[in-house]
Amino acid sequence: MSLLDMIGPVMIGPSSSHTAGACRIGLVARALLGSPPTHAAIGLHASFAKTGRGHGTHLALVAGLLGFAPDDARLPQAMQEAQAAGLAVTFQDVDLGDVHPNTAQLTVTAQDGSQMVMMASSTGGGVIDVIRVNGFRVSFSGGAPTLLLRYPDHLGVIARVATLIAADGVNIAALGCTREKRGGAALLVIELDSPLSDAALAFFGGWREVEWLRMLPSVMSSPEQGDGHGVPVTVGTTA
Amino acid sequence: MPPTLKQLMDAPTPASAWVLEQDCADSGLDPQAVQDAMRGRIREMRGSIERGLASDAKSITGMVGWNAKGLWDAPDALQSPLLKRVQAYAMAVNEENARMGRIVAAPTAGSAGTIPGALIGVADHLGLSDEQLIMPMVLAAGVGQAISRQMFISGAAGGCQAEIGSSAAMAAAAVTELLGGSSRACVHAASMALMNTIGLVCDPVGGFVEVPCVSRNAFFAVHAVSAAQLALAHLESFIPPDEVVTAMAQVGRMMPLELRETAEGGLAQTPTGLRVTAAMEGK
Repeated sequence: MSLLDMIGPVMIGPSSSHTAGACRIGLVARALLGSPPTHAAIGLHASFAKTGRGHGTHLALVAGLLGFAPDDARLPQAMQEAQAAGLAVTFQDVDLGDVHPNTAQLTVTAQDGSQMVMMASSTGGGVIDVIRVNGFRVSFSGGAPTLLLRYPDHLGVIARVATLIAADGVNIAALGCTREKRGGAALLVIELDSPLSDAALAFFGGWREVEWLRMLPSVMSSPEQGDGHGVPVTVGTTA
Repeated sequence: MPPTLKQLMDAPTPASAWVLEQDCADSGLDPQAVQDAMRGRIREMRGSIERGLASDAKSITGMVGWNAKGLWDAPDALQSPLLKRVQAYAMAVNEENARMGRIVAAPTAGSAGTIPGALIGVADHLGLSDEQLIMPMVLAAGVGQAISRQMFISGAAGGCQAEIGSSAAMAAAAVTELLGGSSRACVHAASMALMNTIGLVCDPVGGFVEVPCVSRNAFFAVHAVSAAQLALAHLESFIPPDEVVTAMAQVGRMMPLELRETAEGGLAQTPTGLRVTAAMEGK
């Protein structure tokens, strides 16, 4: 954790893991969908299900889906805000198996009918770990600008992606790839030191083999945040 | 990789300058921007203290909400004005937290009152400015990072020792630096604060960040000030600070799940605790 997350985030109480972390999970889900959701089905596991209501976990998840940062004063009124924004939300207690007790599964739908399913855990102090995206096993924290790419697995794609990122002047901090099977669909998750340029993203979007593309902003604290400005809401480019 | 406590202890005084330099080299952030952000966080902490001392509104569960104001308005009686201030500030922040108010997690929301209670409480007692708190706050964060090398800073991972123990250690170091302590003294203050929280269970009633969390922040803010006092008098932790963290991490791993934020042990399982839990589940 950065110095600013150790003393931070600035947040609406009461729990960094149940409230601030939950809000960040909602923010990542919104970013992964790529546009404002109109419907969200949220499954709450273990401790999230058990003590979520008193901790405002439900409110925080919805606040994140609306693009509110953990310190947004509207967080306690997230349900009314959702109604005003045209977002319908349902909650269910679920057993997600052998995962962290603070885990949620979000199925979010956009206006155009596109859908995204994500599972993420809130691991303490507002830190999160995204563990599944559209069925793919992943592990990223949202602590850095993160590029996600889905493509049919074949030779050389990762090398070409890495070359283009380097050409854009951006350093790779971490990289993970999961595939369904050899030659099947593959998902590449790349955490970056800074976001890619619009030109590089447009170039990726133009690749024939890229089926799905997202550039997520960091949802953790940065020096600019914490005075009510919140994290950037925009995210995502679709191929 | 964050520094070890040994590295922090051997750093030139003030330790905070070294922490800031190291972290910015790693993150690529501008030191001035980090200091500005810390200034903003101190302002936010002050806001939580002010709202917390002024309000006696209950939390959602009704278990807490009036303690800080009650203490603040009461005569000093046995406590020194300094310690009463430290306790009241810490409670004010955690009651704001329980009411879904705006706070700064430090390092978590459940332990958010300890650092502002100790650091801002001492500063106000001595008439120091917020500007003088920025670097001690950086040091507090650095101590938290050093502990987190070995241990997750959450009650669910390691019991309350990992959460309030870490915040008390961070606060002790910060107060020591605020009063001119050496890097060595700051880290020994942190170590002494931490070694006296080992074994502390996380047993929130109903699973909520209210009982015993609110009063625990008040007690551990005073605990941090005591540790700073010892370190400023050149007392040291006999066990080297990094070894204390190792011990705390080990105890955390040995602690049964029931005693780590699950509300399945300790105060949460008292008849009163169970009654509150049942009432909340019915809501």
